[in-house]
Amino acid sequence: MNLLSSGLVRGLLAQTLGTSVGMAFVMAVRVALGLPAWNREPVVVGGALVGAIAFVFGVGAVSDWMKLARGEQISDDHTPDPDKPAWIRYFNVDYDHKVIGIQYGVTSMILLLVAGLFAMIFRTELAKSGMQFLPPEVYNTLMSLHGIVMIGSILLGVGAMSNYLVPLMIGANDMAFPRLNSLAFWVNVPGIILLLSSLFLGGFDTGWTGYPPNSVYAALGVQMFFLGVYFIGLSSILGSINLIVTIVRMRAPGMTYMRMPIFVWAALATALIGFTATQLIGLSFQMVILERIFDMSFFDGTDGGNPILFQHLFWFYSHPAVYVFVLPGLGIISELLPVFARKPLFGYKWVAFSSMGIALVGFFVWAHHMFTSGMATYLRVPFMYSTMLVAVPTGVKFFSWVGTIWRGKISFPTPMLFTLGAVVVFLIGGLTGPPNGLVATNLHLHDTYWVVGHFHNTMFGGFIFPFFAAIYFWFPKMSGRKYSETLGKLHFWLMFPAFLIMSLVQMRVGLLGMRRRISDYDPALGFDDSHMVITIAGFVIGVSVLIMVWNLIRSARRGEQATGNLWNSRSPEWQIPSPVPLHNYEQPIAVVGKPYDYGLPGSVYVDMNPSASSDK
Amino acid sequence: MASSTDLQSNYKFKLGNNRLGLWLFLFSDMFIFGGLLVTRAVLLGYTRPDLNQTLGFIVTLILLMSSFFMNRAETHMAHGNQKSFSRNLLVTIILGVIFVLGVVGVEWPLAPFGPGDGAVGAVFYILTSFHALHVLSGVILLVIVYRNSSKGLYSAEKHWPVEAGAIYWHFVDLVWFFIYPALYLIGTPV
Repeated sequence: MNLLSSGLVRGLLAQTLGTSVGMAFVMAVRVALGLPAWNREPVVVGGALVGAIAFVFGVGAVSDWMKLARGEQISDDHTPDPDKPAWIRYFNVDYDHKVIGIQYGVTSMILLLVAGLFAMIFRTELAKSGMQFLPPEVYNTLMSLHGIVMIGSILLGVGAMSNYLVPLMIGANDMAFPRLNSLAFWVNVPGIILLLSSLFLGGFDTGWTGYPPNSVYAALGVQMFFLGVYFIGLSSILGSINLIVTIVRMRAPGMTYMRMPIFVWAALATALIGFTATQLIGLSFQMVILERIFDMSFFDGTDGGNPILFQHLFWFYSHPAVYVFVLPGLGIISELLPVFARKPLFGYKWVAFSSMGIALVGFFVWAHHMFTSGMATYLRVPFMYSTMLVAVPTGVKFFSWVGTIWRGKISFPTPMLFTLGAVVVFLIGGLTGPPNGLVATNLHLHDTYWVVGHFHNTMFGGFIFPFFAAIYFWFPKMSGRKYSETLGKLHFWLMFPAFLIMSLVQMRVGLLGMRRRISDYDPALGFDDSHMVITIAGFVIGVSVLIMVWNLIRSARRGEQATGNLWNSRSPEWQIPSPVPLHNYEQPIAVVGKPYDYGLPGSVYVDMNPSASSDK
Repeated sequence: MASSTDLQSNYKFKLGNNRLGLWLFLFSDMFIFGGLLVTRAVLLGYTRPDLNQTLGFIVTLILLMSSFFMNRAETHMAHGNQKSFSRNLLVTIILGVIFVLGVVGVEWPLAPFGPGDGAVGAVFYILTSFHALHVLSGVILLVIVYRNSSKGLYSAEKHWPVEAGAIYWHFVDLVWFFIYPALYLIGTPV
């Protein structure tokens, strides 16, 4: 097997080469300008930027566009080479949305494990008061990286679900722009490499928010953090544009907007945030990069700048971003509950519009992160009310979920357990949110462990639990094999209680005054036992996730063959063989009814062979 | 909306996808400049950089004229006049290059401040450089279109790259329409 035939290897080589070329180029420019050739920061940043772009060329994600630019013809036939083993497709540029979805998913799981490992290292440090084994600057770097790598993992997980599921659910054979889809995945890889390289370039102690002035004076690692986030953000923007065009243009005949699966609505709402707001985090991070390299004083209060401006630009993305993280997961909950309760989804229209409502209101709440920042005080109350408004569409979803399982014929396989777990955890996350949004309580709770507990509840309830539910639910569709139900249930029954204990104790110490983001605490506060509990619970979660990884790997190789409509779902992807054939649907399908009419006799959602039925 | 498999692969359907995708991209790009204009408003308020008014007026005029020629080029392509298309596209490219040279090559050295000189320098250089990068990418796109059109790759019926280049060019022009007053006209010079 020739190593260079793998796009990933070629990309990594190109990135190494590109980084050297970029560094040499910056040094040459510096010499031409009469400056000393070596200055660590601009040279390394220039190299990193060129290296990341070189990766995209090396992996071959832009080869077709280069051909077009040269005036050559490109082929629209993406049939894989039958002589090569199937797995090689996953290490190369591939235009099939199912391959790209799985590429996203596996990368997301790897990042989840890496970021979880970071958390366990610094949780071990926090298990007892007093400094144990981590130097404070390493603690800070690990804490910051845990946050941002998890965010990368979540964004990739969202990409995995949207890319794999949306074309299947709307009856399309691929995304609208397969080449853009592939590029959107591959720019993540150099981004992740840059992000993790910050560990070796002095780290960064700013937290994942990267506030100046701290980030202006932090070690060189913070530049790698900014650049890494920039490329992952680029992926979000390109992926979102692709998703919107796909949903608007590629739906099967008969699939009106009001017949779309709820997950597609959620993906649409997510994409609307992703392709607009993401530009602002990119911009704010670029401005800090420029401030550090060219001394442009955007955020330097002593030289005409304004550090609060950064927070406004940053949170204009980063608050809507949490809806990017949770909306697809909430869509999965609405998608799976009717299947396992054998009942129609309660209030379809309201649930569909609640996703759009959350996305819309999400654009007007960002400054609730800044009540203690020193921004103009008259901004507090309007942002408090807009924040409270988010609870309305979110509440609609909860009513719908309760209404859906009400008197249903419920069964409890692993995906359903995770779905119900998600509802419970997200409810706690939702109820602990308003105290943060109210100015009066926020001033006390800001930057305490209460916020840590609240945030982990929203992320686990809105993303982790539904994502795991989706993995278990569609794993047979992706691999053609069944996972081990016993191990799946073990995973749930370890993770669910451990998570509740972890986050509730986090909120308890937070209310009592435990600061977040610090490497040590006063033993006189009496938090030692609580912190030990949090750490142990965290380790249990880690072990449970490893069980899932093992379960999936083993089942993908040796699991029982999955045939037919495993969950008795009405969705079109379950009416075709598993794993899904190369071009999804053999003939165009037609949508003739509503998606969630489970248990209604004689109701039909999709006609898999409309040409045959119209001949009758 | 509805579409069967064979419909999804025909040119007209793809053209619709491409158009929607391009407009979404421009809408997304708009947010960068929106953020930059907000930055300008917050940091500079009712003041503005002390710049060479004549030069600013001339480069603005040049960029506006380039849009005029871009529109002529696209219309000629839609009517199948390859020669007039090439001529007008070439004028557009030349005007675009002159604009970038005017801003980066003349305005930057003439400005009485560098990027490190306070908020004024920071705002001026980030706005002009982000915009210049957009113009430069537009010029590269149009050069590619020019080269491929000379190979006879586009026709009156099928010329999406020409259309895309034109829309992008007008977008970049429109962005300058907001940057010019923000830097040259609004507020008192400091």
